[in-house]
Amino acid sequence: MSLSNKLSNQVKNIPRSGIRDFFELVLGRDDVISLGVGEPDYSTPWHIREAAIYSLEKGETSYTSNLGLEKLRESIGRYVSHCFEIDYDSSSEILVTVGVSEALDLACRALINPGDEVIYHEPCYVSYDPSIRLAYGVPVPVSATVEDGFSVKAEEIEKLVTPNTRIIILNFPTNPTGAVMEKGELQKIADICIANDLIVITDEIYSELVYDDEYKHVSIASLSEMKDRTILLHGFSKAYAMTGFRLGYSCAPPEITEAMMKIHQYSMLCAPITSQVAAIEALENGSKAVEKMRQDYKKRRDLIVREFNDMGLPCNLPGGAFYAFPDIRGTGLTSKEFASALLESQNVAAVPGDAFGVSGEGFLRCCYAADVKLIKSALNGFRKFLADIK
Amino acid sequence: MDQLIQLLQGNARHSIADLSDLMNLSEAEVELKIAELEDSGVILGYAAVVDSDKLSDGGGVSAFIEVKLTPERGGGFDRLAARIAKFDEVESCMLMSGGYDLSVVISGSSLNEVASFVAEKLSTLEGVISTATHFQLKTYKSNGFLARVESSGQRLPVSP
Repeated sequence: MSLSNKLSNQVKNIPRSGIRDFFELVLGRDDVISLGVGEPDYSTPWHIREAAIYSLEKGETSYTSNLGLEKLRESIGRYVSHCFEIDYDSSSEILVTVGVSEALDLACRALINPGDEVIYHEPCYVSYDPSIRLAYGVPVPVSATVEDGFSVKAEEIEKLVTPNTRIIILNFPTNPTGAVMEKGELQKIADICIANDLIVITDEIYSELVYDDEYKHVSIASLSEMKDRTILLHGFSKAYAMTGFRLGYSCAPPEITEAMMKIHQYSMLCAPITSQVAAIEALENGSKAVEKMRQDYKKRRDLIVREFNDMGLPCNLPGGAFYAFPDIRGTGLTSKEFASALLESQNVAAVPGDAFGVSGEGFLRCCYAADVKLIKSALNGFRKFLADIK
Repeated sequence: MDQLIQLLQGNARHSIADLSDLMNLSEAEVELKIAELEDSGVILGYAAVVDSDKLSDGGGVSAFIEVKLTPERGGGFDRLAARIAKFDEVESCMLMSGGYDLSVVISGSSLNEVASFVAEKLSTLEGVISTATHFQLKTYKSNGFLARVESSGQRLPVSP
């Protein structure tokens, strides 16, 4: 019996993730040297894991408030105030979610009416387009170019604004390019949002991981008149190496938070209590561990970018996250061809850039949250591969 | 802390080439910096961190000894502490605040060997008031390294 006519059209029309295709190629092989991961190579710092264990020992295994533990929301409020210079009321403006992924889905479902257009910059994280579609919105990607360091220009966004535009999604630092955004350009985007009465969903999951001393991460929510039209999404996965804990949060005006909470309470009820307790420990005592990891990532970033440029694959120095995005167009291969042949001949995995949208074609995402030895042997594989195809 | 020292403390066997890559310095510059740190006595040496529990011969015994001393006019504990530190059996020797003065770690091939060092060499030094010897039973962590290594191979090879 074919069940395909039983499936929702909305789901059927969503294409398979390019990452999944590539994942299946990699899965059949042994000892792959992988730069394909999207998470830190560290385990969660021990003091955070220990807090989770202690919580379980004490028998803290119940549901929490739908919004999340009050103590965690207060901690988040203090943290966001300190790092982003925005004050949110922990009782009405902060919602604890199962990762930023859930928060993004909630935001889309809470705001989008059928046919509403949502602008987001590409190359981008794989879930923006499907999350918009699942909420019956219309995805409107705007290409960020390598010439601009993949930091989208406000004027390019403005060109795509129509009477149907409702939302702009931003993600800085960006997965997969590591791009960051200067405050001046961010202000221009804010001006467009105010002039056109748009809401911003800003995914700032990588905001702790920025590497250049003169650069300070700025959230669009902190700009004048923006807090009331912004949903700030953040979480614990990247900075605290807590991907498996699945914990994120949103900070948004009370009406939007309430709308997101409505969906969250019926679909998720609450985030797991063990993860929430661990997150409190992360916020209160985790900054030293984050700084150590950040310093390590920075060394690896400098190494991998230098090497790519040296071997003839032009690569911007990404300001944040933990991805390098080298340009492979000079080889005459497509991203998929390059990635498959590299895997086949050198057993090195890097994700084809087109998995992150059409404007990622011609590039590869290489995660440098990996051991230096592994990075170096992957780079060796790249060099051999380039020599072979010359 | 100096970046080079941090790297070497994490892994003293980093090759010069690795260090030069990580610090974006030439290999010659890295070698020069290391030589400076060695010459100035910042780096005292390089040693393997060993879990002696896992050695086939058991790795001998070690003991941590609390030593109380009579300080001397003019030099405090320095002369006597330096004298104790020079014994080959002494692995580390540090002046402590609190209830005793020196923390001394001794290693030897047998319980007897360590005991006789304490009884004959250490306690008999003029100025040593008392000693309390604690034998090491099991290692959980040594010099920043866990004895039971955690698994880290759980990551999916490709993820978004």
